[in-house]
Amino acid sequence: MAKKKESPQGTEWNYSPSPESTTHVKLEKRYALFINNEWVAPSSKAYFPTLNPANETVISEIAWANDKDVDKAVRAARKAYQEVWSKLSGAERGKYLFRIARMMQEKSRELAVIESMDCGKPIRESRDIDIPLACNHFFYYAGWADKLEYAFPTKNPKPLGVAGQIIPWNFPLLMAAWKIAPALAAGNTVVLKPAETTSLTALKLAEIIKESGLPPGVVNIVTGHGDTGAAIVNHPDIDKIAFTGSTNVGKIIQRSVAGTHKKTTLELGGKSANIIFDDAPIDQAVEGIVNGIFFNQGHVCCAGSRLFVQENVAEEVIRKLKHRMESLYVGDPLDKNTDIGAINSKEQLDTINRYIKIGIEEGAEIHQSQCAIPSQGFFCRPTLFIGVSQSHTIAQEEIFGPVLSIQTFRTVDEVIQKANNTPYGLAAGVWTDKGSRIFNLTTQLKAGVVWANTYNKFDPVSPFGGYKESGFGREGGLHGLGAYLKLS
Amino acid sequence: MEILKTYKIYIGGSFPRTESGRYYPLKSSRGETIANLCLSSRKDVRNAVVAARKAFGTWSEKTAFNRGQILYRIAEILEGRKGQFLEELIKQGIGRKAAEKEVQASIDCLVYYAGWADKYVAVASSVNPVSSNHFNFSTLEPMGVVGIIAPQESSLLGLVSMLIPALCGGNTAIVLASENLPLCAVTFAEVLHASDVPGGVVNLLTGSIHETAPVLAAHMDVNALVSEDLGELGKSLSVACVDNLKRYIQYSSGITQGLQEIIELQEVKTTWHPIEKIGGATSSY
Repeated sequence: MAKKKESPQGTEWNYSPSPESTTHVKLEKRYALFINNEWVAPSSKAYFPTLNPANETVISEIAWANDKDVDKAVRAARKAYQEVWSKLSGAERGKYLFRIARMMQEKSRELAVIESMDCGKPIRESRDIDIPLACNHFFYYAGWADKLEYAFPTKNPKPLGVAGQIIPWNFPLLMAAWKIAPALAAGNTVVLKPAETTSLTALKLAEIIKESGLPPGVVNIVTGHGDTGAAIVNHPDIDKIAFTGSTNVGKIIQRSVAGTHKKTTLELGGKSANIIFDDAPIDQAVEGIVNGIFFNQGHVCCAGSRLFVQENVAEEVIRKLKHRMESLYVGDPLDKNTDIGAINSKEQLDTINRYIKIGIEEGAEIHQSQCAIPSQGFFCRPTLFIGVSQSHTIAQEEIFGPVLSIQTFRTVDEVIQKANNTPYGLAAGVWTDKGSRIFNLTTQLKAGVVWANTYNKFDPVSPFGGYKESGFGREGGLHGLGAYLKLS
Repeated sequence: MEILKTYKIYIGGSFPRTESGRYYPLKSSRGETIANLCLSSRKDVRNAVVAARKAFGTWSEKTAFNRGQILYRIAEILEGRKGQFLEELIKQGIGRKAAEKEVQASIDCLVYYAGWADKYVAVASSVNPVSSNHFNFSTLEPMGVVGIIAPQESSLLGLVSMLIPALCGGNTAIVLASENLPLCAVTFAEVLHASDVPGGVVNLLTGSIHETAPVLAAHMDVNALVSEDLGELGKSLSVACVDNLKRYIQYSSGITQGLQEIIELQEVKTTWHPIEKIGGATSSY
């Protein structure tokens, strides 16, 4: 379907469809659990379908692990930890990780296509962001494996043991890499549970792991729903829980491990402020706003979902933003022209629509782009709300969708106070031409990541993680290693 | 006739009695009352948190060098009041030799962290070479308001070794003193008061930790909690900490000293900024 768009000159553009081919993708009809480098049928005998959210067709069936399956995986990980992985030199551990990184790169096109099919994200993002970052994460941590004492001098770093890792559906393979690579580099073994709607790339990673010759049991991947995750959290022989997901579930996990020996890192929700000052390069800032909230359909824990615009440029920023929104393509995730793909699930689309309804009911002014959206699948138009105040639900709660709430401010002190007035503290953005103001804000904003004159940038070398109720611990970079080590 | 000291609590830079008007007697091994201590209430805890929050801005924005000087100043004042602490330790049933050792170790601990104040950030920060045109660095910031449940078996050194790394890193604190060895805690608050530590940076309560610690652990404006291993109480505190995802640091031994003790109460903040590249010009000089 050709898409009609109005250019600034008033002429119409027609973009021919440019879908990525799926012919080279190899997928099984049904996936078992990956334990001890073997594909093991779940003792529950239960499987559930995984959908392509862009057309609601079933792509494959996924095993639903129960307590017994999780126990089997934990035992495999413990055995591999005691007998093989903890005895291996750092240099040898690193070689396995380097090899996995290289094999992921070889299969990156296949991985990108599967990610877009299973998750709904545009191929442009899975191809250029998710998959390369995932590969690079393995490559980065591979190099740390034999250099841990340089990261933590005089602290005699030692692995923790078996790590249970539970990841979300917004960046499936990337989150798997964020979890597995540092854990293995530090000498731990893992049991990983992908999100129930997006297990496929983790299972493809399992194939790569098997092919790489990584010793059996070092990485185990158990698929399933929340009960599978709970079985991991509550397993007594787990030493470490690493969770990325909602703040609510993070709190449930933290309560369940309270008083046990289990260490945790939690990377949770956010309601991050993106702040535009009147001296900012406005056109770039508008790009930053779009990237902040519409990247990955807004399914981003650090999405810049609260926009603060200085009063005297608010009219200009909002006008340009609305104009820019009209040029965003919403549609087939596999189309290379697509900017905004499918919402990951019906459930999530319902949540987003519920928040949009609340926004309207509470009196904020809604604006949505006029683009056509496919009749099948789960899609949401880019949405913004004007006239929002701090007391509005849409300014307080994480929506996890392409919905932006806009507030205005006059002074620096005012915006700092407003930006920090949230239980979350994951990220923030600041747009201004003035260096001293940037450093004032980046110092005062209570957030783990601050993007100045940019937004939503990620890199394996760069630590990521939140303050306050956005969780604790860091992932990525030198600081991300600390989460998987015992330090004296 | 000896002038007996009234042991009070320390909130926001003044020495009130507990708002509850309650007390508990501290007995010597022979059963004589040594002093009557404030049995602090939940309201005292809340007042202390308000004072600590209010003081956080001032304290965290002092220069690192200045914080180091103030910690050193505490050591100086403590040195000058050695005798008083020795006397109190002995009164609480500790032998002279051990008491001398404890006071000396406390002074040394202060000097140790005074030296760290303007160095730990350099040691634990990083500049991260990202694969895009951005300058990216990670540095440390204090967590904010920290609750400290001082070790029960040490009157002075336990408190000092838990509190000072928090202060060194720019946090403000509410300290729950050892229930049965509380005298040095109150006297240490007097030392702090005389040492250029702004009011509210440290707030100190005496009383029953079974009564006050759960209030502190559940308080939504406290960012972190530190204690020794408290067994069952520790378990219930860690559950209470979840409501605002308070960081709870439990040390297996109450008395530790090192860089890690500072870092445990710091958040890592990563900042990104684009680097301008014009016309692809690259300097090869």
